[in-house]
Amino acid sequence: MSVIYLLISVSIFVAIGFFIAFIVAVKSGQYDDDYTPSVRILFDDETKITPRDNKPKIEEKQV
Amino acid sequence: MSEQSCFHCGITIVKSEEINFDDKNFCCNGCKTVYEIFSLHDMTCYYDFEKSPGATPKDIQGKYDFLENEAILAKVLEFQEANTAIVSLNIPHIHCSSCIWILENLNRIQPGINASQVNFPEKKVRITYNSDVISLKSIVYLLSSIGYEPYISLENYETGKNNVDRSLTYKLGVAFFCFGNIMLLSFPEYFEIKEFWLDNYKPFFRALIFFLALPSFLYSASGYYVSAYKSIKSKMLNIDIPIALGIIVMFVRSTFDMVMDYGPGFFDSLAGLVFFMLLGKMFQIKTYSFLSFERDFKSYFPIAVTRINPDTTEESVPIYDVLKGNRLLIRNQELIPVDGILISEKAEIDYSFVTGEAVPIAKKSGDKVFAGGKQIGKVIEMEVLHSVSQSYLTQLWSNEIFQKNVVQKHKTITDAISRYFTPILLLIAFVGFGYWIFIDATTAFNVFTAVLIVACPCALALTAPFTFGNILRILGKQKFYLKNALVIEQLAKVDTIVFDKTGTITTNKKANIAYDGKSISEEDNTIIKNVLRGSNHPLSRMLYDFLPETKRIKLDDFQEITGKGILAVVGDKQIKIGSASFVGNPNLDTSEIEKTSLHIKIGEQYLGKFVFKNQYRDGLENLFSRLNSNYQIKVLSGDNDGERENLETILPKNTELVFNQKPEQKLEFIKKLQEEGKNVMMVGDGLNDAGALAQSNVGVSISENVNVFSPACDAILDANEFSKLDYFLKLSHNAITIIKMSFVLSLLYNVVGLSFAVTGNLMPLVAAIIMPLSTITIVSFVTLMSNFYSKRK
Repeated sequence: MSVIYLLISVSIFVAIGFFIAFIVAVKSGQYDDDYTPSVRILFDDETKITPRDNKPKIEEKQV
Repeated sequence: MSEQSCFHCGITIVKSEEINFDDKNFCCNGCKTVYEIFSLHDMTCYYDFEKSPGATPKDIQGKYDFLENEAILAKVLEFQEANTAIVSLNIPHIHCSSCIWILENLNRIQPGINASQVNFPEKKVRITYNSDVISLKSIVYLLSSIGYEPYISLENYETGKNNVDRSLTYKLGVAFFCFGNIMLLSFPEYFEIKEFWLDNYKPFFRALIFFLALPSFLYSASGYYVSAYKSIKSKMLNIDIPIALGIIVMFVRSTFDMVMDYGPGFFDSLAGLVFFMLLGKMFQIKTYSFLSFERDFKSYFPIAVTRINPDTTEESVPIYDVLKGNRLLIRNQELIPVDGILISEKAEIDYSFVTGEAVPIAKKSGDKVFAGGKQIGKVIEMEVLHSVSQSYLTQLWSNEIFQKNVVQKHKTITDAISRYFTPILLLIAFVGFGYWIFIDATTAFNVFTAVLIVACPCALALTAPFTFGNILRILGKQKFYLKNALVIEQLAKVDTIVFDKTGTITTNKKANIAYDGKSISEEDNTIIKNVLRGSNHPLSRMLYDFLPETKRIKLDDFQEITGKGILAVVGDKQIKIGSASFVGNPNLDTSEIEKTSLHIKIGEQYLGKFVFKNQYRDGLENLFSRLNSNYQIKVLSGDNDGERENLETILPKNTELVFNQKPEQKLEFIKKLQEEGKNVMMVGDGLNDAGALAQSNVGVSISENVNVFSPACDAILDANEFSKLDYFLKLSHNAITIIKMSFVLSLLYNVVGLSFAVTGNLMPLVAAIIMPLSTITIVSFVTLMSNFYSKRK
């Protein structure tokens, strides 16, 4: 049963790990703006697709 | 729907001005140009996210020349080293996801910009750029050319990096961490099963619990010790004293219990208590990051101004460097930063920032012009009379009300209760101790500590934060934005309401226009409307919107004479629209001067005049009659008393009307009322109300557009919601009622807890149940009640 010492200690250290991650996240300002990233995440895909869609058109205009 | 709206900005297109480009319709050249820029850079998906997201770019020639001045540049930039520079710009137009997209892809339009990041709630964009390739000025021009003109004011001049205080978040994080883990580890103890292995590991569990409780006790709860100490020092018993006492006693007793192996102690309750109370604190803070409640003239004033040197060269200088005797050049739409004398022949100055009056004031050469006015029309020259800090308007800020940081103007309802709570609590604790000491010394100590533990006013302390926090959010949804929760209590105490007139109870959006003169024929109407079309003067715009729609005709000549009016020629007729002296009104009498009017003359015939009256806000009369039964109402105005008769018919009989008030006088007026023992709410709008707003118990600023301007105040009210003011006041009263009701409820819990405590039966398990239970009931009670009251109109 002495394994419980180990188990509890490990669980506490895991919890401390998450706790530190939280502090670091707050410190870096991640929670200062909670709206923009939620919009931004949708853009990344758009920007990658649109150039491919639009390029032929632009080239036509230039010709 | 036959009406076309602009593909870029969404404004209805005037048929004759429609521009077709790339199969899309635009309302003006500006919008088309923005579209061109975007399509050229392959960025038309700007229009995919949101329909018509853009704004028409404005002409800003010369407006940002000051950004070439190194000294100013250094103040505006957030960071600069070698060739990397970072700037944070405030862009009021940011309003949708398209805005975010375009601003974060600036680097595709303009080489030299490395990265840009939008903070949507704050309406800011942070741009990192290469200062060798591109200057800040060209970035600002680029932004303006795509309709995102940044707002740079004197406030930017003094920005140090202001550090955000995140300590409450850390404390809450620590408290939650400790609370969760302690709860988990305390579980075996709750069942008290005499099992061999549980007994065996008890010291290990308890030691862990003890060490986990330390950060919560020492760090998370530290705010309460500080506050309690301060309140004892200032001999004001606040709620933090019993809280701090409860926490400390809890910790000491628990440690003692644990060391002596009497039991597991109350560490679980302690961690829970600290966590819930911090949660309440967090909930109470609701910040509107797009609003600022601390604005003074610095947010309005430009950062630099063009100075004309004796050798006639022009130079941008920071406005703090402007001295008496300097000559300044003020362009169209620029703000006059200092008092001075007009040198140019004529000028029209719009003081709407200051007074809320929409109609510009005409000034002649040699007239005094005051700081805060906005030049409309041509470039003007002026000579400086006072430096910035000594100008008429800015002097207001040297009043002591702006100097001292008013720590706390009043006692909160929670503190008022705790003035009785704390002594009674201590009394019970000592009586219990005194009773048991003759029977059993150990029990006596147990009872004494148990009383302090169980009576720790957790639920009591949570009541106000959760009620106010919730009300704050409800009001925010209805566009009444409060600076913080304390304002609600202040609102409930108000007994006198002082309104500013111009811009507050009148609106500057619509004007009430009356015609006086010979009847206007259909043909003349067409001519007048078409002449007005070319003018940008606010009065012309208002009259233009007022006149019925007509067909378009061509003007043969058009001339706008500043301070006088419009001179136009249609066919063989000369048309004059403008002031009485300009038009040549045959029967001018002096009483007319106080009213704002436009006179019309077509050919040689004088037609008549349009008189502009103040348009009072919708529902004003009803609002005042509703408020009148519970509050004393007063109206202050900086104007002359030309409107007195009109106002007296609208407002309730006993309303006091005071005219010709200077900004300082308004402040004094409020001060005098307060000295009479009144709790004053000031409702104002312009910078000239700033002193009165700061002096009053609750300063409410009315704003047509909450995102843009409002002087420093306690609350900002969207102008459209003005007629709901009485409802907001009623809600604040209800908030206090809710708090009182839930105080009773939480005291009941205390009584139950105390009955366990004084009889010496307080088990850790009982404490661990009572505390969260009371917290949850209180929180749900106040939330339900405040939602209920907010629905009841």
